[in-house]
Amino acid sequence: MARVELKQVKKSYGSVEVIKGIDLDIQHGEFCVFVGPSGCGKSTLLRMISGLEPISDGDVAIDNEVVNDIAAADRGLAMVFQSYALYPHMSVRQNLSFGLENIGTSKAEIAEKIGQVSKMLQIDMLLDRKPKDLSGGQRQRVAIGRAVVREPRVFLFDEPLSNLDAELRVDMRGEITALHRRLGNTMIYVTHDQVEAMTMADKIAVLRLGELEQFGRPLDLYNRPRNIFVAGFIGSPKMNFIKGTVAEGGASITFDTGETMALPQSGFDYQPGQKVTLGIRPNHVSLVEGGSVSMSVKSVEQLGGESYIYGALKDGTLLTVHLSGQISAEIGEVLTIEGDADEVHLFDTESGLSLRHD
Amino acid sequence: MARVLSFLTATRGKGRLHWTDWVSYAYLIFGIFLMFGPVVWLVLSSFKSANELDRFPPRFLPYAQETVEVDGFDDPLLAFTVVDGELEGEIVGQTRRAAGRAEVIVPSNPDERFRLTVDQIEPIERVAFATENYSQLFERFNFLKFFWNSTFITVTATLLMLLVNSMAAFALSKYEFRGRTSVLLIVIGTLMIPQTVVLVPLFLIVTELGMFNSLWGVIIPGAATPTGVFLLRQYMITIPDEILDAARMDKASEWKIFWRIIIPLSAPAIAVLAILAIMWRWNDFLWPLIVLTRTENFTLQLALNSFQGELQTDWPSLLAMTVLTLLPIAAVFMFLQKYIATGIASTGGK
Repeated sequence: MARVELKQVKKSYGSVEVIKGIDLDIQHGEFCVFVGPSGCGKSTLLRMISGLEPISDGDVAIDNEVVNDIAAADRGLAMVFQSYALYPHMSVRQNLSFGLENIGTSKAEIAEKIGQVSKMLQIDMLLDRKPKDLSGGQRQRVAIGRAVVREPRVFLFDEPLSNLDAELRVDMRGEITALHRRLGNTMIYVTHDQVEAMTMADKIAVLRLGELEQFGRPLDLYNRPRNIFVAGFIGSPKMNFIKGTVAEGGASITFDTGETMALPQSGFDYQPGQKVTLGIRPNHVSLVEGGSVSMSVKSVEQLGGESYIYGALKDGTLLTVHLSGQISAEIGEVLTIEGDADEVHLFDTESGLSLRHD
Repeated sequence: MARVLSFLTATRGKGRLHWTDWVSYAYLIFGIFLMFGPVVWLVLSSFKSANELDRFPPRFLPYAQETVEVDGFDDPLLAFTVVDGELEGEIVGQTRRAAGRAEVIVPSNPDERFRLTVDQIEPIERVAFATENYSQLFERFNFLKFFWNSTFITVTATLLMLLVNSMAAFALSKYEFRGRTSVLLIVIGTLMIPQTVVLVPLFLIVTELGMFNSLWGVIIPGAATPTGVFLLRQYMITIPDEILDAARMDKASEWKIFWRIIIPLSAPAIAVLAILAIMWRWNDFLWPLIVLTRTENFTLQLALNSFQGELQTDWPSLLAMTVLTLLPIAAVFMFLQKYIATGIASTGGK
């Protein structure tokens, strides 16, 4: 069992607070992804869990045992670094065995474990090479192998795929997911790429400026974002946001452009006259003759099977429309659109929080 | 070999020599002469006898006078050719020489003596290497003892210096602690204090610690050098912190990180420092001169100095020992010189 708990964890460098009190509870066997824009503190948080970075306040507990004062090496964790951090002067075999030697594993056992792990990760023919003679993907595998071979309670990944090219990244994504299924360990994975987060995670923690914005299953985050930031961060292309005011009677919203749109009558709490932001994903917007909102086309991307129209409303608010199939739209053309009222999200403009109630 | 040849005969002009070829070859040959001239002169002179060294004008190759065995004389006599007078063309042996006149005998007729003026005879000479210059270093002087002292000081001081400096550099480059910059600045600041200024205080400390006239008195004070700390620190900064973090996650102690990660990865810089340290220690003169006063503790440099007396200088021994002193350092340099370029080039990071 390896349950990782963070209780009001804080980190400050001098007077600058970079992690502002985070509570998290990662269950045993979960694949948890920390995602957020750069500078949000996700890597720092991971290093605090690993023990490489001391925490300023709060508690980190693994299996209900507070490990604040336990050294990184003794927490039973293994980490895969962004730069792989392989030991350049050692062969792949030595890279894998270094950690085992340090805990006094017998030679026979080391050989056996390296044999298993290297076969599993398909690096068994590379064992006598030096890291500089390996390709990016192979180095990545060795770095993962070095973590796996020590049989840690929890795996920590710090943006491990960011140095790989796009194709390899997709492959490795699948391999890490498969590894998680096979080993069943708790894994914590840091990335700035929300696609990686969506495809790999059991649970996603969205971080911004040192604060936890939302923690939950990927589709929950997608379907029920707690605030504008999460709504905008999760999902590609990004959700559209249009500012407006709830009209008298509460049946519709008047956008800042003067146009109106009907509001869903259940599921949201709002008051007439309240300033709200309407969020709608690009695939829930459709082109309708005589639709309620008009948009001038800025650019069009035709991918064959699907199309994207990037446009702007009258007040300049940018809007993306995702349509299946091919379309004919000219740049500069004014189109009228309609949103699917059942798929909208409503946020309080001032606080940014979702107005959805359960 | 073919590559060496084509390198040595490379020209800019095709077919005939461009004027830049003339200039570069002239410059390079001048450089060779400038660099190797003194060394070649030293080596050849070290094989000259004392008489030959005193001779003016000096000659390039070492010469020795031929001798002839004559019945009735225990020692061989110096051989001359007669160039003037009734014995012209004869080879004679000289028995005595005084006031511009020489008494000689013809080897075939040992009973008859002739008196000739010095300008009537010319010495018969051949190129001969006075190897006794070298052999007497071992017979008359305790060369091996001096050599051992120098070697012991150089090797021990270099190892000690590498250890101390790399540990200091590791701390200064990879640990965050209060006052790290100040410590580094103080270390570098000591470069501004000339050695001669601290000579007396250093001598007092060494004497107080009972290291006067001991080889350790030479070794210990030079163990930490600001240059070495700075050089290694600059190199170690370029080692990524993530590698150290990875080792920490791998349960390596800080000591183990130092030995297994930092030292192997700093090898190029350490090699550079090793070469510098070996040269500094081997050629060190002033400090050993002050600390070591007993002959049995002398290093080679001090022994060389002792050949140079106030009234006379033992040139043959001095030259021979100079050559022997140069050999080890030249060998070290030859084997390790490639690290100097690579080490210094990569010190700035890549």
